[in-house]
Amino acid sequence: MRSYLVSRVLGMVPTLAVISVIIFTVIQLPEGDIVSSTLDRLQAQGVDVTEEYVQNLRAQYNLDKPLVLQYFYWAGNFLTGDMGYSYLFSRPVNELVWERLGYTLSITVSALFFTWIVALPIGIYSAVRQYSIGDYIMTSVALVGLATPPFLLALIFMHLGFEWFGVSTGGLFSPEYEDAPWSWGRVADLLAHLWLPMIIVGMGSAAFTMRILRANLLDELNKPYVVTARAKGVRPAKLVLKYPVRIAINPFISNIGLMLPGLVSGEALVSLVMGLPTIGPLLLQSLLNQDMFLAGSLLMWLAILTVVGILLSDLLLAWVDPRIRFE
Amino acid sequence: MDAVLSIRDLAVEFKTDTGVTRALVDVGFEVPRGQVTAIVGESGSGKSVTANCIMRLIQPPGRIVGGTIDFVPQGAPPFEIVSLAKRDPRLLELHGGLISMVFQEPMTALSPVYTVGNQVAEAILCHRDVSRRQAWRESAEMFERVGLDDIERRMHMYPFEFSGGMRQRVVIAMALVCHPEVLICDEPTTALDVTIQAEILTLIKDLQRELGNSVIFITHDLGVVAQIADQVVVMYQGRVLEIGTVRQVLKDPAHPYTRGLLAAIPGLAPKGQPLATIASVVRDADIETPHPLRRLADGRRVSLPADG
Repeated sequence: MRSYLVSRVLGMVPTLAVISVIIFTVIQLPEGDIVSSTLDRLQAQGVDVTEEYVQNLRAQYNLDKPLVLQYFYWAGNFLTGDMGYSYLFSRPVNELVWERLGYTLSITVSALFFTWIVALPIGIYSAVRQYSIGDYIMTSVALVGLATPPFLLALIFMHLGFEWFGVSTGGLFSPEYEDAPWSWGRVADLLAHLWLPMIIVGMGSAAFTMRILRANLLDELNKPYVVTARAKGVRPAKLVLKYPVRIAINPFISNIGLMLPGLVSGEALVSLVMGLPTIGPLLLQSLLNQDMFLAGSLLMWLAILTVVGILLSDLLLAWVDPRIRFE
Repeated sequence: MDAVLSIRDLAVEFKTDTGVTRALVDVGFEVPRGQVTAIVGESGSGKSVTANCIMRLIQPPGRIVGGTIDFVPQGAPPFEIVSLAKRDPRLLELHGGLISMVFQEPMTALSPVYTVGNQVAEAILCHRDVSRRQAWRESAEMFERVGLDDIERRMHMYPFEFSGGMRQRVVIAMALVCHPEVLICDEPTTALDVTIQAEILTLIKDLQRELGNSVIFITHDLGVVAQIADQVVVMYQGRVLEIGTVRQVLKDPAHPYTRGLLAAIPGLAPKGQPLATIASVVRDADIETPHPLRRLADGRRVSLPADG
């Protein structure tokens, strides 16, 4: 088990290195860079720009160096914890990212839990009572949930919240806590606002998970090991949970890591619509403005989250399923 | 005769898209206490369906449409199995407590994600109010009885770490650990190779003598029947064709179908001759028309017309 853990963690290093190269390349692809867009802006404002100033600016951002060297500057700084400077916000990227990354994580992780808490019991019920009225209702709800894009769901919820309760459901904080320092009251306020984006982001994956769980469980329900367990007198409720469900949830545990990117991109759209201070809107802005350090750092962080998520789900799977543990 | 199980007029139907299949038609026989009853027949003859009826394991689209199974255990009041409600507590007691079952496929009969010790001890915990430690200890004794060694280590192992023969020993331990009055073995040796088959058969027979339980042994292998059975029930297309002692049925079969089965065993026939098939032996004898069982002078019963 320990050697498995070590080899998996070591395996992450080349993965992330390759991802960083891809991110860097993709960000460099469009015409222009920070300097050219600065110049454009300055010239639009009527400021005269000297050639020397341009050179200095390029040197400041290491843009006069060859591309390969630029990559190593960027990657090296990232490793030492310096993510560079955001031209767009005129602040170090470090200052911009952490808090938003925290909010993004809160929303996606809680959406993940929401997915499971909703999908698990409903999926089991739908499989055990296949073709019952309850199963048909749940299936219909799940199909609607699957077919509704999260941003639309966000709009509907916001509209309903405003129409029926007269409250604005956007944002993660009430106005009085918006810029307040952290306190228990602010945490409570955050939780009071978090549940709506959580449901909206998690709805699609909950519906999807429920459908897949139902199908997996239907495959397992009449397997010989379940019949054997029934024949030895295991009570019905325990029988279902201990035997077929335990096997049927395996694919989901291994999918947690893979669900994260989907939840993050779903969260980005929802955040735009609901005005949430997460990294989604920030990423969009930085990409539109070719704010290379900010965009690169954000993409890199998403990659790290995904790789770590996959690692965690693999470890969880090895813990849950002895067949994997012993390989 | 002291019968632990008396099956009468048992009928089972399977509803499919193409119509209703009658899997059992008026099946009836007794299982004598403390003896081994073999049910033989080809695939689809209703052997396993009969066993599943006794265990009430028939799942939709299958349905028991008639008949009774009277169960007279020694340690509990007698009851009728077919009419038990789904939630009747006696059904849970029946499963594994009074009657237990060993299935054909030892590779898939155990869950891959729990240790074998866990799965065997669970059988005890389902039926008796004892501590986990006590259940584990009794399981260990049963592991020893079924011929496994290095027990403490083995009990902590997972099914996929065992060979097929060892798994079947584990499944037998799991079936017998609550000392059921009837053990149903549904082709327990079909998936095993021949040497292991012989070991498992000997084990089942020895344990039956030792524990004094009754055994229903389902097989299509008449060699196995000769080795293990006291009484034989021959089934064909959901009907019982012949019931008798193992000597009567194997030495002097009364029904043409049984004769066909026996002749179809490939023996040391001279080279170059085609092997006998059931059809070549039965020839134009009518085995399709159902007849009620008729008792012959020597006590056995056969499904033949009275003047046949």
